[in-house]
Amino acid sequence: MRRHLTCAVTAFLFVAGLAHAEERTAITIASEGASPPWDYIDENGALVGFDIDVGNELCARMKLQCTFVAQDWDGIIPSLLVKKYDAIIAGMSITEKRKKSISFSVPYAVAPNQIVMRRALDLPPSDIEAKLNLTDIDATKKETIEKLRQSLTGKTLGVLRSSNSEAVVQELFGDIAEVRSYDSQENLKLDLTSERIDGGLGDYLQWKQFLGTPEGKAVKFFGPQLSGGTWGPGVGVGLRKEDADLVGNFDKAIEAAVKDGALAKISQKWFGQDISPQLAK
Amino acid sequence: MDITLLLTSTVTLASGIPLTLLLTAASLLAGLVLAVPLAFMRASSRKWLSLPVLAYTYGFRGTPLLVQLFIIYYGLGQIGIIRSSVLWVLLRDPFWCCLLAFSLNSAAYTTEIFRGGIQAVATGLVEAAQAVGMSPLQIKRRIIFPIAFRSVLPSYANEVISLVKATSLASTVTLLEITGLSRKLVSETFAPYEIFIAAGVLYLGLTFLLTGFFHALEGRLNAAPRAKTPLGRVALQQVAHEQ
Repeated sequence: MRRHLTCAVTAFLFVAGLAHAEERTAITIASEGASPPWDYIDENGALVGFDIDVGNELCARMKLQCTFVAQDWDGIIPSLLVKKYDAIIAGMSITEKRKKSISFSVPYAVAPNQIVMRRALDLPPSDIEAKLNLTDIDATKKETIEKLRQSLTGKTLGVLRSSNSEAVVQELFGDIAEVRSYDSQENLKLDLTSERIDGGLGDYLQWKQFLGTPEGKAVKFFGPQLSGGTWGPGVGVGLRKEDADLVGNFDKAIEAAVKDGALAKISQKWFGQDISPQLAK
Repeated sequence: MDITLLLTSTVTLASGIPLTLLLTAASLLAGLVLAVPLAFMRASSRKWLSLPVLAYTYGFRGTPLLVQLFIIYYGLGQIGIIRSSVLWVLLRDPFWCCLLAFSLNSAAYTTEIFRGGIQAVATGLVEAAQAVGMSPLQIKRRIIFPIAFRSVLPSYANEVISLVKATSLASTVTLLEITGLSRKLVSETFAPYEIFIAAGVLYLGLTFLLTGFFHALEGRLNAAPRAKTPLGRVALQQVAHEQ
């Protein structure tokens, strides 16, 4: 009996190995499903959003059959590494730290981040149209940050756990404000509405959508749009390092979709503005 | 598996032990204070006393603790009246929300455990106490409670151990106890295997200590009375005699 089992297992491994060597025909893609309009679960329980449309567009170009699954943010990279799925398309920024564990495609979107604060706090007015790139911080940038620090001293700020916003908030304001990390952006917004926290840092576009809802009326943008630094060059598709073929295919598909405007169109549909990246030179 | 990471993360996670213990101890205490009177009400033969308590334990034992915590934390926060009331000073804080949820849940289970113990006390003992003229409160305090407590101690120890592990749910509402810290570490290292094993080891250690404590307590309370004083006196007398 045991011998049969061993034979069967060996045969299975062999077949599985063969299948792997062949061309891929289908892949599974993970998204978070809790960050509208990037990706979220609609009232029918289906995963929808910018990321899903981008994924389907890229898969069509790569001639791959794609299945989407929802995965909580703080387990999204570990699950990719243990092969629960083959790719992450979840508004994930390409960062040096993540690159130590996984590979990224070229960016498929470039989106800023911003702080929001409750209106009731009566914070001093700030220029919310200004842009602050956190790469290479010079004296002027330092001054802007110092001003932000003064306004945020003693406040409670919410961020998504294991996001870049968490890292940035810890680095810039960790010593003067209380930082609370949430398992999803949705829960963060709930606590913002119920005034448990005073503000938060996160992706600009999903704040923009939130500020348009009745619950979002009580908060407003605060301080400049933030980018660069920890956030890196943009939002990319996360892939396993050993799947170099997939990285190459995604890169080609993204470049083609940027060139013919397909990504710009999807971006307009979900965000009302074009956040597709400038073509890589 | 990365042994170095396992060891370093165990040390980092150990800084979450105080919060885990504080949550456990405070909820246990609050749960116990609530449960003792509730258990007597629940064991009462008067329906108007026992039914409300039954409804309470039924509700809290029949729903998941995580759901209770979410109702208290996210649910109550949505209600404007509560947000503008004095209660919000406490409910605003994730720690107090957890404490409230854990205490109410623990009290429900403890009530049912004690109720069983109270009803198991032999009627003869109670009648004897009545016969010597003890008041109902005296009977409860001197006869029923001590006997019931001893007999339910093993089940109560179970409840305590469950509660230690249940405090891990506090990580879902931003508290950084052992599990909260591990989730944070996992998100920094992307190594869930080592870090959750380290967290498991810490919980196992806490449970080990608690099991030992309750085992000792059981031994002490349930041992045959050692009749210390008379024996001691006899020994002294003997010594005196030999001199």
